[in-house]
Amino acid sequence: MTTEKNPRSMPVQCQRLSAESVTLAYDDRVIAEDLSVEIPDHSFTVIVGPNACGKSTLLRALSRMLKPSQGRVLLDGHAIGSMPAKKVAKTLGLLPQSSVAPDGITVADLVARGRYPHQGLLRQWSPQDERIVEESMRSTGVGELADRYVDELSGGQRQRVWIAMALAQQTPLLLLDEPTTFLDIQHQIDVLDLCAELHETRGRTLVAVLHDLNHAARYATHLIAMRDGEIVAQGPPAEVVTAELVERVFRLRCQVIDDPETGTPLVVPAARQARGRAVAAPATAAS
Amino acid sequence: MTATAPPQPRDPSRTRTSRAIRTGGGLSLRIEPRALLATLLLAVVALGMGVVLIGSGDFPMSPGDVVRTLLGNGTASQEFIVTELRMPRAVVALLVGAALGASGAVFQSISRNPLGSPDVIGFGQGATAGALTVIVLFKGDALAVTGGALVGCLLTGAAVYFLAWKRGVHGFRLVLVGIGAAAMLTAVNHYLITKASIVDATRATVWMTGSLDGRGWEQAWPLLGVCAVLIPLMLGHGRSLRMMEMGDDAAYALGVGVERVRLVLMLSAVLLIAVATAAAGPIAFVALSAPQLARRLTRSPGANLGASVCMGAALLVVADWIAQQGLGGTQMPVGVVTGVLGGCYLLWLLVAERKAGRI
Repeated sequence: MTTEKNPRSMPVQCQRLSAESVTLAYDDRVIAEDLSVEIPDHSFTVIVGPNACGKSTLLRALSRMLKPSQGRVLLDGHAIGSMPAKKVAKTLGLLPQSSVAPDGITVADLVARGRYPHQGLLRQWSPQDERIVEESMRSTGVGELADRYVDELSGGQRQRVWIAMALAQQTPLLLLDEPTTFLDIQHQIDVLDLCAELHETRGRTLVAVLHDLNHAARYATHLIAMRDGEIVAQGPPAEVVTAELVERVFRLRCQVIDDPETGTPLVVPAARQARGRAVAAPATAAS
Repeated sequence: MTATAPPQPRDPSRTRTSRAIRTGGGLSLRIEPRALLATLLLAVVALGMGVVLIGSGDFPMSPGDVVRTLLGNGTASQEFIVTELRMPRAVVALLVGAALGASGAVFQSISRNPLGSPDVIGFGQGATAGALTVIVLFKGDALAVTGGALVGCLLTGAAVYFLAWKRGVHGFRLVLVGIGAAAMLTAVNHYLITKASIVDATRATVWMTGSLDGRGWEQAWPLLGVCAVLIPLMLGHGRSLRMMEMGDDAAYALGVGVERVRLVLMLSAVLLIAVATAAAGPIAFVALSAPQLARRLTRSPGANLGASVCMGAALLVVADWIAQQGLGGTQMPVGVVTGVLGGCYLLWLLVAERKAGRI
């Protein structure tokens, strides 16, 4: 069922990760007000929306990178901001949009850094750490690159290494901020396949911000569509992705057909001539 | 090392740079053999050169004699020369070098920029401004000059931090704000010298060059106290610092308390640079070059705090030995030697960075 514009009317369940009427702002620039969202456990949730709709900001708040100016983000029933950093890091992982690989670091060493929250001064490298790092590299297909320098890798390989690092953290929840940006189409699909596999075979809860609506519709089990800092619709892609919704959220006229490969909704933008009127119509500018 | 096909099969307990040591009872350490060896070697060089430094002078002593005297088996005159005259200077040299190396490594790592080191971002100039104010305006004694340098350095550190602070300190901001502060303070320092009498101006210039001449236990003890607290504290945060080099978000996601760690480390680094500068004057380039040289020697990514500490100490002791012995009878302030060596090093660094396409 499509919940329209009224996310708070959803039944309050005990989801592991949720935001309770948060106001999100950078200094005095308010991005979203009174926003509530729940991430269904064991879902692959994808947040979509036009540029500057607040989707990355919401993800930053969920991952405690951004402190809400009002309201709170709850992880397992506790306000995430007041939990010890290492404790959160054992439950919730994040793949940030931009990370810097230190000069001259090898793939194995970088992935090993994902074990940091599980380590201490006297427990720096247990056999378990070793096993998990190996396994993370294997499941992301970077095992053969283990001794290579990260600087030498292609963009797609590097993104896999970062995902391997996030996996080595072994968190039941994993947040990914635009994991496919800057990758070519083949690597985008690679990364998304990897995410789907993590979600399906290991029952992890994944939350990703994606730009491509068709990718989102194909891979997500739960879709959240945002515009101007508000959640316009959420639910399974087959129910959420409709021609009216795409027009409402992205201001784009389109047809929604069945993806011939997967049967999921596929958004086909209307031809230029057909959109002529839509463009001429007063498009509401994003705030 | 160049990229070659990795040998198969891999031993997972070893990567190219590190290997694990485990004991029963769940204790496990991850060490990088090359980095550990380099650090130990640098420590040996620093201490060894310290002994050589104590042995050299108008009354030369062999390193064996120096060690014997240090162990309490020397003659009375040897005892006097070593413990009263020369050892404090060597201890100050070692500690100032260690402090400069540590704080340079921290600032370069936090700003992710080799130019983010304390002598480039105005801390040396701030200390100088404090010292010159005391010398020129208040005609203060040596102790007051030390206090002035300390205050000047701490104030500059605080000002640069707050001006560069915007939701966390960003590397480029820190460097640019620091260079701005350095330029302003240099102008102030020159103005103070033009206002000074000839005697004060000479005193000021000597102080500004950075020198270890005549340093005694009264400089060594406070320095030792501060270093003994702050350097272990910084080393303890070394792992977090390495995580922060991947970006604040990545470090935060791994459970590093980014803001707290950064504040603790920057505060310690500013304090260290302040006491070091108060003790020996603004010694050029050690803070800039020690971490860079240490990194190239250990071939280990990120901040190598331990290696930088030992490298700084070794560099300064060697420079002081050159300053005393290098030109036959003529003695130079150690700041001149580090300035010349460091200048050459900086040029080499810039050329190398350009070849690597980073500048």
